[in-house]
Amino acid sequence: MDMPKTGEFAHIGKSVVIKGELSGSEDLYIDGTVEGAIQLHGNNLVIGPNGHVHADINAKGVVIQGKLEGNIRATDRAELRKSAVILGDIVTQRIAIEDGAYFKGKVEIQSQSTKPNSPSANRPEPQVEARSAAAGGTPVTKR
Amino acid sequence: MASVTHSFMKLFRGSSTVSGQGARAVSMAQRLTRRSSGLGAVSRTLQSQEPICVLDIGSTSAANIRYLTERGHKIYSEDLLEASTDPSLMTKDEQGQTILDSRRFLADNLVYPAAQFDIVLCWNLADYMHESLVKPVVARLWSTIKPGGMLLAFFHTHEAGPDAPCYRYHIVDNDILEMQHVEARRDLRKGPTGALHTSIERSFRLQRVFNNRHVENLFRDFGSIKFFLTRDNIREVLVVR
Repeated sequence: MDMPKTGEFAHIGKSVVIKGELSGSEDLYIDGTVEGAIQLHGNNLVIGPNGHVHADINAKGVVIQGKLEGNIRATDRAELRKSAVILGDIVTQRIAIEDGAYFKGKVEIQSQSTKPNSPSANRPEPQVEARSAAAGGTPVTKR
Repeated sequence: MASVTHSFMKLFRGSSTVSGQGARAVSMAQRLTRRSSGLGAVSRTLQSQEPICVLDIGSTSAANIRYLTERGHKIYSEDLLEASTDPSLMTKDEQGQTILDSRRFLADNLVYPAAQFDIVLCWNLADYMHESLVKPVVARLWSTIKPGGMLLAFFHTHEAGPDAPCYRYHIVDNDILEMQHVEARRDLRKGPTGALHTSIERSFRLQRVFNNRHVENLFRDFGSIKFFLTRDNIREVLVVR
C-alpha cells in the first residue's frame, strides 16, 4: 500500500486529538492522536510518523509509521514501517515489517480460501546483502 | 582484495572477524549467515503439521515471523533487550546503588499464561541483558514453556571479547540464520519523574560471559540441556522443560 496522495485519504492532522470510535467507508490517514476504536471495513488506514493511536483497528489494509497501542485486524495486509512502535496483536492475511520496527504482541496469519496466502505475498522486507560468516557445531549432551 | 583476505581469514577464525573491530564497520543493513545446529534441532519441531506456539524474545524479525507463520504456527514477539532499556526501570537499592527493577520489568513484560509456548527463541539475550534481570527472566520463561517445550539460547565464549556486537537473528532455513547488527532505539521515553529520556547506550554491550557451569545453573530447573559447540565463539544451548 503506497503512501496517500492529497485528497485520496481523509486526513487527521498532527495537532488533532480524537477520543471515541472512528468509523467510515473511506481510507484514513492519522497523524494525530486517537483513543478509542477504529472501524474501516474494506478501507485502508495509515498511521503517520507523528500518529499516536490507542485503539483496536479493523480495516482492510493498515500501515503503521507511528505508535499504536491496540490490536490490528487487517483483512488484507498490515505493514509496519521502520519507525513503527506497536504494542498489540495482529491478525491479517499478509504482513510486512521493516527492520527497526518495534513490535510486541502476537501475529496470526489468516488465509482466505479464495485468496491463498502465498509465501511471496507474505514476504516482509527487501533483500539485503548476506555473507557467509560461520559454520555450525557438534552437539554435546549433558545431564 | 580485501574481501578475499577477509574470506581467507574466516577459514581460521570463523565469525570472530566480524565480532571484533571489523564489526563496527559492518553496516546495520548487512547480514551475515551462519549455520545453527541448535536451530536445526528446533526445526524438527517446527516442521510439525500441528500448529505450535512460539515466543521470540530477540529483536523484532520479520523473517522469523514470516518463517513461522508460513508453517501455520502462532508467533509472539517481544523484544526484551529493548524493553530493558526503559529508563523508568531504574531504581535505587538500599545502598543507594542504581539497579534495574526486575519486579516492575516482569510486571510489564513476559506476561503470559503458564505453559503456553512450545518453543522460546531466546537468542543471545542473556549475554546482553542487565545482570539483575537474567535469572528472573529465565524463571518466568520456565513457567511459560510447556512441559517438553524447548528454549534456544546463544552464549558467547571468552574468545568473543567485550566488543562482540549484539545481533538480531533471522531464520532463513531449517538450520541457517542471518545475523544483523542491532542498536538500541533512541526514542524519547518518560522516566519516573515524568522527564523525557532516551536510551543511555546506543549499542548493546556484552554484559558478561557465562561458562558452561553458569549456563547449567541458569537453566537448572529445566529437564535437560544440550550444548552445540560452534567455531564462531558462540555456544548454542537447547534446553527442554
